[in-house]
Amino acid sequence: MLELRNVTKTVGAAEHIRDVSLTLQHGSLNVLLGPTLSGKTSLMRLMAGLDVPTSGSVWFDGQNVTGVPVQKRKIAMVYQQFINYPAMTVYENIASPLRVAGTEQAKIDKEVRNAAALLKLTPYLDRTPLSLSGGQQQRTALARAIVKNASLVLLDEPLANLDYKLREELRAELPKIFAAAGTIFVYATTEPHEALLLGGNTATLSEGRITQFGPTIEVFRKPADLVTARTFADPPLNTIVLAKKGLDFLLDGGVKLPVPAELSGIADANYTIGFQPHHLSLERPNALAVPVRAKVTITEITGSESFIHLDFADVRWVMLTHGIRHFEPDEVVEVFIDPRHIMVFDEHGRAVSAPKLAA
Amino acid sequence: MARIDVNHVRHSYLPNPRTDADFALREVHHTFEDGGAYALLGPSGCGKTTLLNIISGLLHPSHGQLLFNGRDVTKLSTQERNIAQVFQFPVIYDTMTVYDNLAFPLRNRGVPEADVDRKVRETLEMIDLASWAKKKARGLTADQKQKISLGRGLVRSDVNAILFDEPLTVIDPHMKWVLRSQLKQLHRRFGYTMVYVTHDQTEALTFADQVVVMYDGGIVQIGTPAELFERPRHTFVGYFIGSPGMNVMPVAIDGKTATLGSQRIELPGAPKAGSGAIELGIRPEYVRLGRDGMAVSISKVEDVGRHKVVRAKLEGRDIAAVIGEDETVPAEPKVRFDPAGINIYADSWRVEMGA
Amino acid sequence: MEKTWNNKAWFLVLPVLVLVAFSAVIPLMTVVNYSVQDTFGNNVFFWAGTEWFEELLSSSRFWEAMVRNLIFSFIILAIEVPLGIFIALNMPKKGWGVPVCLVLMALPLLIPWNVVGTIWQVFGRNDIGLLGYYINALGIDYNYVQDPFDAWVTIIIMDVWHWTSLVVLLCYAGLVSIPDAFYQAAKIDGASRWAVFRYIQLPKMQRVLLIAVLLRFMDSFMIYTEPFVVTGGGPGNSTTFLSIDLVKTALGQFDLGPAAAMSLVYFLIILLLSWVFYTVMTNYDAER
Repeated sequence: MLELRNVTKTVGAAEHIRDVSLTLQHGSLNVLLGPTLSGKTSLMRLMAGLDVPTSGSVWFDGQNVTGVPVQKRKIAMVYQQFINYPAMTVYENIASPLRVAGTEQAKIDKEVRNAAALLKLTPYLDRTPLSLSGGQQQRTALARAIVKNASLVLLDEPLANLDYKLREELRAELPKIFAAAGTIFVYATTEPHEALLLGGNTATLSEGRITQFGPTIEVFRKPADLVTARTFADPPLNTIVLAKKGLDFLLDGGVKLPVPAELSGIADANYTIGFQPHHLSLERPNALAVPVRAKVTITEITGSESFIHLDFADVRWVMLTHGIRHFEPDEVVEVFIDPRHIMVFDEHGRAVSAPKLAA
Repeated sequence: MARIDVNHVRHSYLPNPRTDADFALREVHHTFEDGGAYALLGPSGCGKTTLLNIISGLLHPSHGQLLFNGRDVTKLSTQERNIAQVFQFPVIYDTMTVYDNLAFPLRNRGVPEADVDRKVRETLEMIDLASWAKKKARGLTADQKQKISLGRGLVRSDVNAILFDEPLTVIDPHMKWVLRSQLKQLHRRFGYTMVYVTHDQTEALTFADQVVVMYDGGIVQIGTPAELFERPRHTFVGYFIGSPGMNVMPVAIDGKTATLGSQRIELPGAPKAGSGAIELGIRPEYVRLGRDGMAVSISKVEDVGRHKVVRAKLEGRDIAAVIGEDETVPAEPKVRFDPAGINIYADSWRVEMGA
Repeated sequence: MEKTWNNKAWFLVLPVLVLVAFSAVIPLMTVVNYSVQDTFGNNVFFWAGTEWFEELLSSSRFWEAMVRNLIFSFIILAIEVPLGIFIALNMPKKGWGVPVCLVLMALPLLIPWNVVGTIWQVFGRNDIGLLGYYINALGIDYNYVQDPFDAWVTIIIMDVWHWTSLVVLLCYAGLVSIPDAFYQAAKIDGASRWAVFRYIQLPKMQRVLLIAVLLRFMDSFMIYTEPFVVTGGGPGNSTTFLSIDLVKTALGQFDLGPAAAMSLVYFLIILLLSWVFYTVMTNYDAER
């Protein structure tokens, strides 16, 4: 179990990590999700012992390891860049951590071949990394991390430099590889989509703080605050500030959006309403849905889906619909907001409720 | 703006290419219409960047001809072709202000300062950076820098085409949405001829009117996003576009029926399949999961937020299906194939469905 | 990048600290000691206070040497930096030419300083030297032993020959780190060769260039071996730089007190100038 207790890291005047407390269990896959410079890499460096926190402590299996350097801990790291020994064969690359540990030859051979089989590298064992494709180079780096039998494996955007389709393949394999290992995996990414595909737990980061930590799908469905909801939305979250009066939120043009039943008790005030792009629809999804009129700015079509960018009052929304829908710019369309799927945030950005999960 | 004709262009990085394998770009023959938005989509090493660099003039093709509005530009340099290009990593002139960065291409061409000022101000408005004009360019964020790269192209009224080489690689997901829609709006408003290279299907499909799918140095299919999605000409297109890609399974064909193991699948027509390996392709979006149809065993359900991806085994083969956010997998799951989404392939190439 | 914090590190650097103490700190203190005393050998010392410093700072010989040094460093920088940039810009960036050029450039740097001096001493002689003989054969009166101007020209050419490579190699390292996309974008923007240099290459070389200037300045300011071998400070005092003057004072006349004062002043000047450079560089970094 890896524990960060009130960890802070400042470099000069800049606060890279602000009061982070986090507990990661053995055999778990943990995603750090946040935009560039949100502190993902800083946090990983603290976990690894490459950096020492300015305040707070790092614990591993009940032992305080704050300040214990990385060489003394069983840690493996995989980076965005494909880092291998260019002069060694793939076999020797994978074997290198075992050689350093002084493992006997027969065991090395077995472990290397196992890892190579797991990562589909068996045909390339005698080649050097630079003669391989990017995907194979990164597989080599991953295999090396796996044979090391580390207690903590840190992956810093490992798929960012790969092609879209290669990313998809490797991403599908990673959870299977990790599940067998029983170690703590930490995976940093900027892409919400990637976090959802990996599953496990997700910690959302913003400006050096962890805004929420929990099972990935739960963080996605029930964000604790507006910052988390925004971080964990791709396409971007649709939001609008509305005044609540009685049982309704008041929209422009006299349209009323009913306040969800379980929130009927909240005080009359201004709230930020948030909902995912696929919860905005062209057809009425149910009797409760509220129609609003919005102006199309641009339509993007992916073949199976259409992203329709809309201007509503002074905000920009994106609607995600199935199928191909063409609209001319400046066309006014009627779209439906489903009140069952809205998230309500108070003036401080804290969630007042999360949308009801449909079974 | 210009129409660009790529006439039987081939390119090899080797001095004396012999076989097809020596060519980074095998025969490409295509016309990019004036004012069109095109994407060149494919995996790394497919030749898409080579083709882009041939259009921009950074590379001269070993064979073939390139025409801009009917004029042969094959031998012309990049400057003489009057194109603009945005690269993967933002290229900005560090020591200059945002304003001077945009003015640079005009001043290099000796445009009078009054015209420079007018054009630069217009462009700053277009790319939404008017309030940053006086700032040093090096202090900006990656997406702002990328907008400056684009702005240096837009500022010239005489550009023939704007070329993009994976321009969103270093941009955070949220900013990608903003930049992409701004690009699209610029295209609509000003009618530039745009060619956009990417390996990311979402970027390609959302940006382009016509997507050129490339594989191993050649063009596999050119079509609208809808065509590529519904009627992939080659199984590679089926695999490469869509997430997850198309399910492809070997079948035997008899008239309007396909046989997969012990299952019989009704087809919308009788495919004109000759000899060769016959395969049936169906996208996960057209696989219906329910209580009737062909029995499957579920291996995994991936909840990706806006929908779920069901991984299952059908007749011992892996198959993926997409179901709605609120849908659940029934107790004895069965699948049906929506006939509208069925394509038949002979030796990996799509065959027409007869009556 | 930050380093791991560990107490043992102090223990590990102890040998270096001891070495530095013996090789730098203790001699420096000895020099300080000498500079405030008068001695005639035999370990007999008389307190002199600031006398040597006052004498030194009011001596025209010191100021003349100092001015000579500054002029020399200025000329050296004015030639070597532009020349180094020019050569670096024209070196091949890929292919077989790269290793060939790099080896050629590194050659002068590998030759010991006194050998460089000897080479040019012989090379420039007008009786047996290849260069000296042929220049005279062309009808140009050239004799570095007698003519101060010729002596300066010889020393400057020698230094340029010896050290321009350093500037070249540093600039070259800066240049090859510029991604291709910058050059391609500049082509597309219709930039002239000069604009490419001014707005892409120079800004990207700025940091290595500062280091090159710093190194060349410090080295040229401390120059000793080569002019000592070639001209011995002559003719007259025309090539007597601070360092040569210092050795003359200390070893030639055995005036240890004044020599110690002089080396301290010399040391402080270099320290001051290095500090100015350092500040400029770190400010530049902070600005980024």
